[in-house]
Amino acid sequence: MKLFHRTIRDLHQMLRDREISSVELTQSVLDQIQAVGDRTKAYLLVTKELALRQAHAADERLRSKRDVRPLTGIPIALKDVLCVKEVASTAGSKILKGFTPPYSATVVERLEAEGAVFLGKTNCDEFAMGSSNENSGYWPVHNPWGLDRVPGGSSGGSAAAVASGEAIAALGSDTGGSIRQPAALTGIVGLKPTYGRVSRYGLIAFASSLDQIGPMTRDVVDSALLLQAIAGHDPRDSTSSPKPVPDYLATLGDGVKGMRLGVPKEYFVAGMEPAVEQSIRDAIRLLEQQGASIEEVSLPHSDVALPAYYIIAPAEASSNLARYDGVRYGYQAEGARNLIEEYMLTRQQGFGAEVKRRIMLGTYALSSGYYDAYYLQAQKVRTLIIDDFKRAFTKVDALLGATSPTVAFPLGAKTQDPVAMYLNDIITIPANLGNVCAISVPCGLADGLPVGLQVIAPGFREDLALRIAFAFEAATEFHKAQSPLMGAAA
Amino acid sequence: MSAIATKYEVVVGLEVHAQVLTQSKMFCGCSTDYLTAPPNANTCPVCLGLPGSLPVINRRAVEATIRTALALNCEIPEFSKFDRKNYFYPDLPKGYQISQYDLPFSRRGHLDFDVRGAPCRCGITRVHLEEDTGKLLHEGAIHEAQSSLVNFNRSGVPLMEIVSEPDLRSADEAREYVMRLRAILQYIGVNNGDMESGQLRCDANVSLRPAGSSELGTKVEVKNMNSFRAIHRAIEYEVVRQTEVLDSGGRLTQETRGWNDARGLTVSQRTKEFAEDYRYFPEPDLPPLDVSRHWVEEIRAGLPELPAARRERFVAAYGLTPYDASLLTSTRPMAEFFEETVRLGGPAKASANWILGDFSRLLNADHKEIQESSIKPTHLQQLLHLVETGGLSGKMAKQTFDAMYHAPDPAPALAEAKGSSQISGDAELAGLVDQVIAENAKSVADFKAGKEQALKFLIGQAMKLSRGRANPQRLDALLREKIV
Repeated sequence: MKLFHRTIRDLHQMLRDREISSVELTQSVLDQIQAVGDRTKAYLLVTKELALRQAHAADERLRSKRDVRPLTGIPIALKDVLCVKEVASTAGSKILKGFTPPYSATVVERLEAEGAVFLGKTNCDEFAMGSSNENSGYWPVHNPWGLDRVPGGSSGGSAAAVASGEAIAALGSDTGGSIRQPAALTGIVGLKPTYGRVSRYGLIAFASSLDQIGPMTRDVVDSALLLQAIAGHDPRDSTSSPKPVPDYLATLGDGVKGMRLGVPKEYFVAGMEPAVEQSIRDAIRLLEQQGASIEEVSLPHSDVALPAYYIIAPAEASSNLARYDGVRYGYQAEGARNLIEEYMLTRQQGFGAEVKRRIMLGTYALSSGYYDAYYLQAQKVRTLIIDDFKRAFTKVDALLGATSPTVAFPLGAKTQDPVAMYLNDIITIPANLGNVCAISVPCGLADGLPVGLQVIAPGFREDLALRIAFAFEAATEFHKAQSPLMGAAA
Repeated sequence: MSAIATKYEVVVGLEVHAQVLTQSKMFCGCSTDYLTAPPNANTCPVCLGLPGSLPVINRRAVEATIRTALALNCEIPEFSKFDRKNYFYPDLPKGYQISQYDLPFSRRGHLDFDVRGAPCRCGITRVHLEEDTGKLLHEGAIHEAQSSLVNFNRSGVPLMEIVSEPDLRSADEAREYVMRLRAILQYIGVNNGDMESGQLRCDANVSLRPAGSSELGTKVEVKNMNSFRAIHRAIEYEVVRQTEVLDSGGRLTQETRGWNDARGLTVSQRTKEFAEDYRYFPEPDLPPLDVSRHWVEEIRAGLPELPAARRERFVAAYGLTPYDASLLTSTRPMAEFFEETVRLGGPAKASANWILGDFSRLLNADHKEIQESSIKPTHLQQLLHLVETGGLSGKMAKQTFDAMYHAPDPAPALAEAKGSSQISGDAELAGLVDQVIAENAKSVADFKAGKEQALKFLIGQAMKLSRGRANPQRLDALLREKIV
């Protein structure tokens, strides 16, 4: 077993025991990036020098036993939507090519304070808009489980990096499933915290009322460790919650005995692959065997979550992306004869097709005369979805379902059909609209490709989601399955 | 004007933008000093709208807005929120301005003022809070400039928008409204009232309608008026222009026109036939605000005496005419100058006359505010004392005041006036000395007997007779001469 195969918790112990150094560990991961990086295309930028510098500093901390934290010396990948001071941060878009922010995101600062090592910026769908990573402004990412398959999106680069050994863990962002769906499709653990649990300061915005940053890891313990490091109130983000952050590890092993778990009937959607459904049914049975009582519940407005999402998210995006006008930073088109032309050429050339599609959708939804029919209506639907969850959580402690209705699909399979692509997120979107948290945990393989079980818990009950996911993981071996790319090096 | 007024009714509503006097910007910690700081020195990721940055509300700016709304008799709803106003312009770094749309901090207030003694009331639609934009600097004229520069120091400076109802019926009323509003903003310390530098800006919506009609006519928005005079002239110009269009059977277009002060006319800037769609929606980066009643009452309790109350007090306490009291209370520094002068012993009526007369004339000529002058209440009070005691003629007093005003330090001019009002001439003093000698035989005898004290008494008597104006050194000499 090579160092890059291991989990944060294992490596932390080895680093503490001085069995290995952070530089060795970092070098091991960098070597794996070197070995498989051109096959996964997971990274947009590898910050080798920064990583080694941070690894040396971490080793110094470990040597002097000064302020050693669970992430000290651990190599982590950052989705390109996160701002890192003086490091190119482009949100996977050509319009931000060459942009190096003069400041770091709050989560980045928190990881720095922990002594983590930054491997680089991972590829993603442009401005996190997509479910396959094929909307990257640079190049698509390939799934380490089958290079002709998509890794999911939008945090496909982070998912592929963790699944291929090109990172020990990664941060992603989830607006409608962008952490959970790629985690499911690459056989790793992905957690979308409750809106407000993790600061968004320095996260290049897609849809401000839905975006959350979260951990993408090899197992549930690592997920808890990484969440612990990034969660908590931030005075620079007014939407971050002042609620105290619990000790996630403390309750992780408490099991599901006596817990009531609901299975929303609406989550077994039309078009769900039978093998996926079978894996999920098996997983639910396994939790029942662990002592949880399972009952069917209904989230009656699930069918309108997707349309509501495709109003709210593009509406906010149309405004959030207005700043990319070529005036101050990033890409600027040449040859414009006047201001309006400069705006138009810059945005025509700088944005990809999907981003333009959503800007147009959102602009339309906010236009005078249409606002009430679209944006306002979608907000009302959002309230109904919030109420659906509230009602369900009076009966059950948490909800179970698939993360994605399908396994990883071939590259190019859905690029011509935006709606088919949007349907990938049909079971992940409600958690974003409903202000709850959700985790995807590996629950088997279907035709050799990973399937993810989604556990949805009430708002700010990440402890509960993690605990259920851990109970499942502890009783199974699914999370130990390695992608061919990672396993090949073993 | 009166002929027009009988045919058409003038309808004016004003939108006043006032920068809030806070130390830091609306949504970040940057300094609000944009006038003297080097370009783009006071900026950060938030006010530059860099990717990933988020706004945090400056509570002081909210407080100032509520303070203003309370001073304008507005209702303060318990629930308020910020919205995004979306449009593209190079001085707007996020591509949207954080403003308030349907739930502003306040609504439904009113402002009382008077036009030549006649009381007027104008409804206040709302007072809301938004962020200011950066400032563009063009290389040459805007349409020919080969390049433009942006200074974001002003970007994110808190800006209140005070919207009036279309209750104003003339250029006079509009001017008086803005003067009174400016005074209130200064009184409550939320704005410095500087129109020239744009810290207080005013746009006017001007329309005409047939006298007696209750429907509003097509409105024209007039911008770029940066003095009271400009507001007055621009509205008068618009009234004449619109009357001519209507009289010749033409139709007015809804448009924005800019006031050109040098040429004395308004110029069409853009028509509003295709109404701009700002795609307002609630700002998702800022949670809605609960405005607690306790907080509102705290702010209300902290309000100072407002111009209207002070004006009434000036009339009652100092016997001033309502007109003078109105003018004196038009700015807080002027009202305070007056009260301080009176407190030091200056007569109220004379103090008011000097402040509103010579002093204001000189200040206006220099475009200065009273607090910027080197003349302080003590100087005016001393000058008034010299006039009152009779030593200084009106003409001399005017000359002295002029000298005081133009000197960096008024003291020497004042001292000179004191000196010139002294009676030093032996011819004039001789009469005084004779009178004192005649009336104080005993003291004269005492002095002759060698009592130096007695001479001091006699000098004192002479000073008294001269009401303090006699030169004591000359008196000493003359008395010694005459008695011996």
